[in-house]
Amino acid sequence: MGFKHKDIIALRDLTKEDMELLLSTAESMREINSRDIKKVPTLRGKTIINLFYEASTRTRTSFEIAAKRLSADTVNISPSTSSATKGETLADTALNLLSMKPDIIVMRHAVSGAHYFLTQKVSCSVINAGDGAHEHPSQGLLDMLTIKDKYGRLDGLKVAIVGDITHSRVARSDIQGLTKMGSHVFLAGPPTMVPPAVERLGNVTACATMKEAIQDADVVIMLRIQQERQGKTLMPNAREYSRYFGLNPENLKLAKPDAIVMHPGPINRGVEMSSYVVDGPRSHVLKQVENGVAVRMAMLYHVCGGELE
Amino acid sequence: MATEGTVILDGTGIKRALTRIAHEILEKNKGVKGLVLVGIRTGGVHLAHELAARLAEIEGENVPVGAVDITLYRDDIKEHTEHLPVGKTEIPFTIEGYNVVLVDDVLYTGRTIRAAMDALMDHGRPTSIQLAVLVDRGHRELPIRADFVGRNVPTSRTENIQVIFDAANRPTDVVLQK
Amino acid sequence: MNLLIRNGRVIDPSQGIDDTLDVAVENGLVKEIGKGLKAPAGAETIDAAGNYVVPGLVDMHVHLRDPGLEYKEDIVSGTRAAAAGGFTSVACMPNTKPVIDNKAVASYIIAKSRAEGFANVFPIGSITYGSNGERLAEMGELKESGCVAVSDDGRPVVNAELMRRALEYARGMGILVISHAEDLSLVGEGVMNEGFTSTELGLKGIPSVAEDIATARDVMLAEYTRSPLHIAHVSTRGSLRIIREAKGRGVQVTCETAPHYFSLTDDAVRGYNTNAKMNPPLREADDVAAVKEALKDGTIDAIATDHAPHHIDEKDVEFNVAMNGIVGLETSLPLSLKLVEEKVLTLPQLIEKMACKPASILGIDRGTLKAGAVADITVIDPAVEWTVAAENLASKSKNSPWLGEKMKGGAAYTILGGKIVYKR
Repeated sequence: MGFKHKDIIALRDLTKEDMELLLSTAESMREINSRDIKKVPTLRGKTIINLFYEASTRTRTSFEIAAKRLSADTVNISPSTSSATKGETLADTALNLLSMKPDIIVMRHAVSGAHYFLTQKVSCSVINAGDGAHEHPSQGLLDMLTIKDKYGRLDGLKVAIVGDITHSRVARSDIQGLTKMGSHVFLAGPPTMVPPAVERLGNVTACATMKEAIQDADVVIMLRIQQERQGKTLMPNAREYSRYFGLNPENLKLAKPDAIVMHPGPINRGVEMSSYVVDGPRSHVLKQVENGVAVRMAMLYHVCGGELE
Repeated sequence: MATEGTVILDGTGIKRALTRIAHEILEKNKGVKGLVLVGIRTGGVHLAHELAARLAEIEGENVPVGAVDITLYRDDIKEHTEHLPVGKTEIPFTIEGYNVVLVDDVLYTGRTIRAAMDALMDHGRPTSIQLAVLVDRGHRELPIRADFVGRNVPTSRTENIQVIFDAANRPTDVVLQK
Repeated sequence: MNLLIRNGRVIDPSQGIDDTLDVAVENGLVKEIGKGLKAPAGAETIDAAGNYVVPGLVDMHVHLRDPGLEYKEDIVSGTRAAAAGGFTSVACMPNTKPVIDNKAVASYIIAKSRAEGFANVFPIGSITYGSNGERLAEMGELKESGCVAVSDDGRPVVNAELMRRALEYARGMGILVISHAEDLSLVGEGVMNEGFTSTELGLKGIPSVAEDIATARDVMLAEYTRSPLHIAHVSTRGSLRIIREAKGRGVQVTCETAPHYFSLTDDAVRGYNTNAKMNPPLREADDVAAVKEALKDGTIDAIATDHAPHHIDEKDVEFNVAMNGIVGLETSLPLSLKLVEEKVLTLPQLIEKMACKPASILGIDRGTLKAGAVADITVIDPAVEWTVAAENLASKSKNSPWLGEKMKGGAAYTILGGKIVYKR
């Protein structure tokens, strides 16, 4: 038993066993985050480059903290400080960075699949911190860990995901991960935001209404609505969206009495979620953030396992 | 667990050795006050619980038992083609100002103990760290020695020593494998 | 330039011939077809036993990139690729730099191909000046300069009124309009077919209806203006339904498909393979089935490659950034021969769609082995097995989705005006 992957790009590429191992390691990593000296020497001497082509505060910070708690050295590169604006190609950037001998590149990129391209160019490990509308595996894993903390299991749970499924890499990673672990995922969103054939992704049910999706759900995951993107043709406006696809204390009653509510952040309060829910007792939003560090430590630890045959 | 090899210490022998170690710990520390046990995963944790039971029997007082997983502190991490699963470290009490008895099943090169001591230090500053092992098989690579030893067993490097536990995590045999 | 091709299975749908015969070529022209022919004086003899001898194949849709984009392909390398693939004639699209919207560019292409090429090159002029969709190009002069059709291929004529006028004007000038049928507002930022694969890969989808709607519009305009229209690279069931129905009503519409639309589905994109990125995009299994049905029932008139060479720098990039298109001249024949194996087409039907029909749609005097015709002949070895490898492609560009794959069948000889321009 061991982790056989040099890179983590998509939960689609991982087996149930791979994800169980990552989650179990993350649970062990959590102990480090709770003590005074929040550091272990495991990745001492390893260099990790956080290459972020898209702005991100929480994911980049989380990966950076995770790396530092494992004693790795981290360097952050973002478009404003990199050569991207000078027209350098991703391949050239990658090769230049590779010459500096990093052990892991953690990349966020606006193009779906850019990480597969990167792995063709570099020999170091690559971790996906989000690619286009494809996947966001660390978010998927931290969501799974948060749910597992609550229920002690992932199989047999009803998980509702509500929002713009089409453009959400979080939704894809959640669907890939949760269905492999035995959860049943129910999706809801305006039909303009639900991609074709989405039910073929696994044990997935696309619901006509939000009510149907969250009815008796164990978990409700709300996705971020980006008004600058969805505002044009996918929905009339935030007000109407919120009315039909927003989570509030009233419709949350449809879910199981102890159901938990999650959101990948950042939250548009009053649009996809009412503040009463965000700050309410069911909200696990901050637990997600906390688990994010542990999950990313586990990912960094396992991909650093060296060349595999 | 069926394991081939020569039994060098059977269940009775192990019990006697653990009882003796318990007495030695009490003698050295003048009782159980300010004393905690921390076992090294996984065999050392089982033995730490055995020792705690004996200390409770003798002194009528419970000694806290913790567990330390040294995977993240290993010095051979690069040599593994894939990283080992990480076990949980559970030390649900402070070690600051306490005498910590670190418990392991077999003492060999001393590298595991080095890693465990580093891990302990990251949890706080104990008054002292003492080391209790069931078997010391020699071949130290670091300046480390045990304070309490169940049995010294001269071995060659090609041999292997294993402590066998039953389903209830009680030690049943110590086996020498060629 | 005298030849005797002996004992081959001669298939010439233009004359209804399918028999084991000899073909005699004299002075670059077909002299006669028959049994036991004598070699013309000084003739080279080709033993074609076990091979097919067919009119030189015609590819009515290629991009030769010359002038202006010679780093991708030029007339010499592109026609060499054509010859290697068994094509003796190609019609090249006008999206060069500058665009083929004037006599100078058209004349350059014709002159260079005659002087240095390995195949006949028939330029296709643009519908609009600069292919920018704003003002009609000088179709009269384009036709006089040798252009065989007009098209803004690579992009649609967005403005319906302009398309209407283009069809009317072209009819007056006696030149065919070829439509690149695509509704850009529905395509949006799409980079592959919209369906399960795009859902899973998180890539923006191009819905099939983007092609259907544009096809419907142009077919209706052709019907209204009573003008001939050819639809390029048809890839969807919906488009084919519209074309089939229009043909049934007597609308003067013809269409082509490309080998990738009956050989691959959008599954080929998995792994974010930029050599599976083209426009229209690879569709789903149902569309592939529809394309085969339409080949069989004659709705699709021609097989054209849409040979679109791109430099490695334009393909070895992130998927969204990669250029659309693949090279196709050298793989078209084996992929199309599979249609015969799969009983979608008979061999004569295939040759009709790869030689006779494209020639007649474009109004060029090729695609036949009639006595007196220019001796453009392809000798096909149906059994030869070979592997597609970048280093063996004659094209300058190597952007093929079939790299590393085994092919069966190919040109044994390609004969242009009685001269052997390719020999396997």
